Amino acid sequence: MMKRRASRASRDLARQRFRGLLQHIILVFFSLIALFPILLILMNSFKLKKYIFAAPFALPNVKTFSLIGYDTVLQRSNLIVNFGNSIIVTVASLFLILLFGSMAAFALSGYKFRGNAFLGFYLSIGIMIPIRLGTVSLLKLMASLELVNTLTGLILIYIAQGLPLTIFILTSFMSQIPDELKDAGRIDGASEYRIYALVLPLVRPALGAIGIFTMIPIWNDLWFPLIVAPSAKTATITLGVQQFLGQYVSDWNAVLSALVLAMVPVLLLYLIFSRQMIRSVTAGAIKA
Amino acid sequence: MLDIRGSRKFPFFLIVFLGPAAICYTLFMIYPLAESLILSFFSVQPDNSYVFSGFANFVKLFTDSDTAPRFWGALKNNVLFFIIHMLVQNPIGLLLASLLVTKGKARGFYRTVLFMPTVLSVVIIGFIWQLILNPLWGVAESMMRAVGLGKLFQPWLGLPQYALPAVALISVWQFIGIPMILFYTALIGIPDELIEAAVVDGCTEMQAFWQIKFPLILPTIGIVSILTFVCNFNAFDLIYTMKGAFAGPAYSTDIMGTLFYRTFFGQQLQLGNPTMGATVATMMFLIILTGVLIYMFLFQRRVKTYQL
Repeated sequence: MMKRRASRASRDLARQRFRGLLQHIILVFFSLIALFPILLILMNSFKLKKYIFAAPFALPNVKTFSLIGYDTVLQRSNLIVNFGNSIIVTVASLFLILLFGSMAAFALSGYKFRGNAFLGFYLSIGIMIPIRLGTVSLLKLMASLELVNTLTGLILIYIAQGLPLTIFILTSFMSQIPDELKDAGRIDGASEYRIYALVLPLVRPALGAIGIFTMIPIWNDLWFPLIVAPSAKTATITLGVQQFLGQYVSDWNAVLSALVLAMVPVLLLYLIFSRQMIRSVTAGAIKA
Repeated sequence: MLDIRGSRKFPFFLIVFLGPAAICYTLFMIYPLAESLILSFFSVQPDNSYVFSGFANFVKLFTDSDTAPRFWGALKNNVLFFIIHMLVQNPIGLLLASLLVTKGKARGFYRTVLFMPTVLSVVIIGFIWQLILNPLWGVAESMMRAVGLGKLFQPWLGLPQYALPAVALISVWQFIGIPMILFYTALIGIPDELIEAAVVDGCTEMQAFWQIKFPLILPTIGIVSILTFVCNFNAFDLIYTMKGAFAGPAYSTDIMGTLFYRTFFGQQLQLGNPTMGATVATMMFLIILTGVLIYMFLFQRRVKTYQL
């Protein structure tokens, strides 16, 4: 009896170990699939063209090392300007999305006024309907405002795109803040603007999460830069890389280096903030 | 919540708070969307004026011998694109998520790595895979040869029958992190005691997953499905990067997004047409709206049923 139980326990243990191993194997397999293409490009961007083809899976060494691709990219491309444009567009859009969005959410969550529910619904329509579908008249509008080929035009579009979700999430966060807190402020004679400034720091984690998941699509967007601001002076990094790659498609060194240069800033930011970023995806989806 | 319904006039501070968001959103999102829908009922005259033409654009899109094959082709491809995501991306995402919730070291590492492609731009991903699948470089071919599958290699991106599945799988590769994280969060939210109790009662782990966890994550399955649907029927960047506006070979990778772009701007000999573009956009709008409504009917109710 005792023996049988012991053998069963050891069998369970063996089974558990096997299962743990199997789980690791699956996870390693998919991790390799995720990492391999990125590493392959990174590795080969530092090699002479001959060796990119002769030994694509080898790490660069003294004999095969070359920076010629990076040289070409830095001399022939506009990537530095593109990069600057992307930073301006992303930072400005993000700041204004969070500012306008938090102000609207504060009003929607803090006051009972006529039309509150309707306004909340109206502002949330854009969560599910992509702004891209309005491109035809958006371009007309931009042309009549003389905002074609300006970063301002892009920023305004991205603000409109980012607001619905931001307002939706912030409203639910802000309505959890106890009324007593705001009332205490009012008794002390604080203006409604002052109370907004009081509430804002309390939803900082939500602001951070929203910031991250609105930032990535703006940074990576190809559609609106291509349509609204395609000029060399206003192209963002995503569009700039796309055009450069199209032009230099047969220069493998340049293509690989351009890909690496476009990837590295995003990947670095990701590795630093991966925890917050991953968490923010969740916050972003709970809305839906 | 401060009740100010009684006050005679709308307080000024509310206008300050709501104004910027409402104006920006209305002007750059609602107005263009609404005007695009309206434009689909107009046609452009040679002197660039717009004239009301009823459903003529839609009739043309559905039946004209030039445009109809493109529209139905793009729609069919887009449906296939979506089905591939639903069958490959979301089940694998769920599998990875259920592996990530088991306790153990290195889970954080796996999560970070598996999510990595998702943060990169579609343009970068598209080019990377184009290089890898390029027979000239031969990376994919020599890897397949290494595991004895060399004979199966084909320049998939260049073959009409394979190009769309290939592009769809590349998109799956990139975005698998999103369903994975959403399922992961949902699974983490299920209390351990619930599973332990079931196991004590003689439930196997497989049974516990399908009979307890699965019904509990149904709302997340709904969210993942509708997100996939909206993103897929709005996709453009990947196809445009890898296959250009013509979505070749022979329009085999053409989806609604590329059709919209081509119709609106025109390419080479074909002239761009804003109102026909708006018509394609209206169709995309209707498709997405249908998806969202189905989701709301199917899932918003279930959420309540299964809430703990």
